[in-house]
Amino acid sequence: MKNILIVGATSGIAGACARRWAEQGARLFLTGRQQARLDVVAQDLRVRGAAEVTTWVLDVNDHTRHPAMLEACRVALGQIDAALIAHGTLSDQALCEHDVEATMRELTTNGMSTIALLTPLASLLERQRHGTIAVLSSVAGDRGRPSNYVYGAAKAAVTTFCEGLRARLFKSGVRVLTIKPGFVDTPMTAGLVLPGPLVASPERVAADIARAIERGKDSLYTPWFWAGIMFVIRSVPGFVFKRVTL
Amino acid sequence: MSASKLNSWGHYPYAPQAYDPLRWRDAVQAAFNRARAGFGTTLPYGNGRSYGDSCLATTDYVLQTRGLDRFIAADWTSGVLRAEAGVTLGEVLAQSIPRGWMLPVTPGTQFATLAGAVANDVHGKNHHVRGTFGRYVRRFSLLRSDRPPVECSSGDNDALFRATIGGLGLTGVIEWVEIQLMPVRSSRIAVRSVRFGDLDEFLALSSELDRQYEYGVAWDDCLSEGKALGRGVYMAGDHAEDDAFPMPSRRTHGVPFVLPWSPVNRHTLRAFNALYYARQPREPRQRTVDFASYFYPLDRIRHWNRLYGRPGFQQYQCVVPDASAADALRAILTAIARSGSGSFLAVLKRCGALPSPGLVSFPMPGVSLALDFPQHEKRNGALFAVLDAIVRDAAGRQYPAKDAHMSGADFRAAYPRWEDLEQQRDPALMSRFWKRTTQS
Repeated sequence: MKNILIVGATSGIAGACARRWAEQGARLFLTGRQQARLDVVAQDLRVRGAAEVTTWVLDVNDHTRHPAMLEACRVALGQIDAALIAHGTLSDQALCEHDVEATMRELTTNGMSTIALLTPLASLLERQRHGTIAVLSSVAGDRGRPSNYVYGAAKAAVTTFCEGLRARLFKSGVRVLTIKPGFVDTPMTAGLVLPGPLVASPERVAADIARAIERGKDSLYTPWFWAGIMFVIRSVPGFVFKRVTL
Repeated sequence: MSASKLNSWGHYPYAPQAYDPLRWRDAVQAAFNRARAGFGTTLPYGNGRSYGDSCLATTDYVLQTRGLDRFIAADWTSGVLRAEAGVTLGEVLAQSIPRGWMLPVTPGTQFATLAGAVANDVHGKNHHVRGTFGRYVRRFSLLRSDRPPVECSSGDNDALFRATIGGLGLTGVIEWVEIQLMPVRSSRIAVRSVRFGDLDEFLALSSELDRQYEYGVAWDDCLSEGKALGRGVYMAGDHAEDDAFPMPSRRTHGVPFVLPWSPVNRHTLRAFNALYYARQPREPRQRTVDFASYFYPLDRIRHWNRLYGRPGFQQYQCVVPDASAADALRAILTAIARSGSGSFLAVLKRCGALPSPGLVSFPMPGVSLALDFPQHEKRNGALFAVLDAIVRDAAGRQYPAKDAHMSGADFRAAYPRWEDLEQQRDPALMSRFWKRTTQS
């Protein structure tokens, strides 16, 4: 893998992936909201061995800017071998329950913006007839739970959209990978009380993501044991599930 | 603020620290100001490898710098590297070794951060030829509560530069560090292991081998008595010259949780030490090993500190000057062997005369001894009082980075320039160690 677009490059999981690819000498195109922080990340990746790092300031919620970003990426990288869509925020569920604006904002950032971006990105890769689109969804999208169903709903939309997109792009040789991490120790989850043994490092998750992209997988639970956990959670019948606080 | 808490490596004193996890350089000053407004004082905390209370804030609220883990610039032709405060030594080596560059000075763990290495002016197995880490620090940036960010080097802001090297994190929050690396021709170390039967043999060996080798350190059976007092194994080393830079595999074993009781006691220790000594061949042995197994044997066991169970442990590390070394070490080892308390990793190391730019730097020309003791209030208290008296009489001193017990009087007598550091201290930074040793 050589030419990689990373959207939301200042996030914890994307950062760990970028380091991995930099050490393999990749050419990277990074987007994020703040130029200063993109610069900091780019310097780090250059020291680690990235052949080339280009940065582009993008607020993913401004979808009118997506085509310009993709064009700049195409010019910088030539061919795009992989695109990792990794931006996101952890929703304040309690706030969302009585604040419609907050709910809509979370749905936009974690769901709609990704779907908006995937639309022109898919067409670009379809024309290339090559490449992998890897999208950060979440185990939270597998089932609606009272503790974070707004975030979960946004990720469920992403998961379903990706499933359809995967089938559409299959014929053109473009892969779509849906990534469902469990608890990961990143800035997004700092401040949450998480069950220690279930929390993975971003480096471990990044290793899983890189491997799944190389192997052309469709869907990835990371770390692996989340596949088992979510199988059980998906199997719980609704009349039981609604009585459980999760 | 994060929901979990941080501790020192020895878990003694037990004082869980709430913390603000810093991730971006552009947010450090604001976090510092917030901590100052909310708590009065705070303290930078790296990766938690300080043993005692030098990494604990009096307010139990610290700024965790480990997340500042990015490289800023590297010149692989000159070996000059600039990186954020929280980059660990192991992360530096992962980039530098394959390109033929080594840290000129490394302590016994690669999990220490760059800023931690500066703040404790760490030393390694080549102190006799390279001195301390501080000698290879070219520049750093310091954030203070009482003035704008300041860049320090031996040319700019020299007083603050020197106070920060070995400054125990009290002179400001280090934002980034620029160091000079050392060229090497291999990622492997050619090691010569020589068994020695007693303390005098160790002193003779280190005088002889330290002249020939870059590195030198000895494992010591701290429970042997009588004629065998001070017996151990000397491990001298040089960088191999095979022009190959394979990186060691990173397989490690972990201690998953803090044990409710400690398997480290006088019986298991005696058995371990006797076995380890007996396994060493009588004749000197030469072999080549990867750098990590030579420098960082304990890093293989992640969270090895948990082996000491709930109560934790204390490390006793002292250095005594050459002139009094033989008598003082004999007295120390006798006292420890009698107490029956000790550790499976007691380390003897000869320090050299190269001066550090720092003010409160531990090494001095002489011999350093380090060993771990399971925490036991009464037993350690009695033993440490005896050891402290021996070290005091020998005009030696103890290592703040490892310390949880030394008296204020001992600290101030052994480190007379502590007052210069106190003058440069940021008024919004205060550690439990500093309060204990300078204000009581």
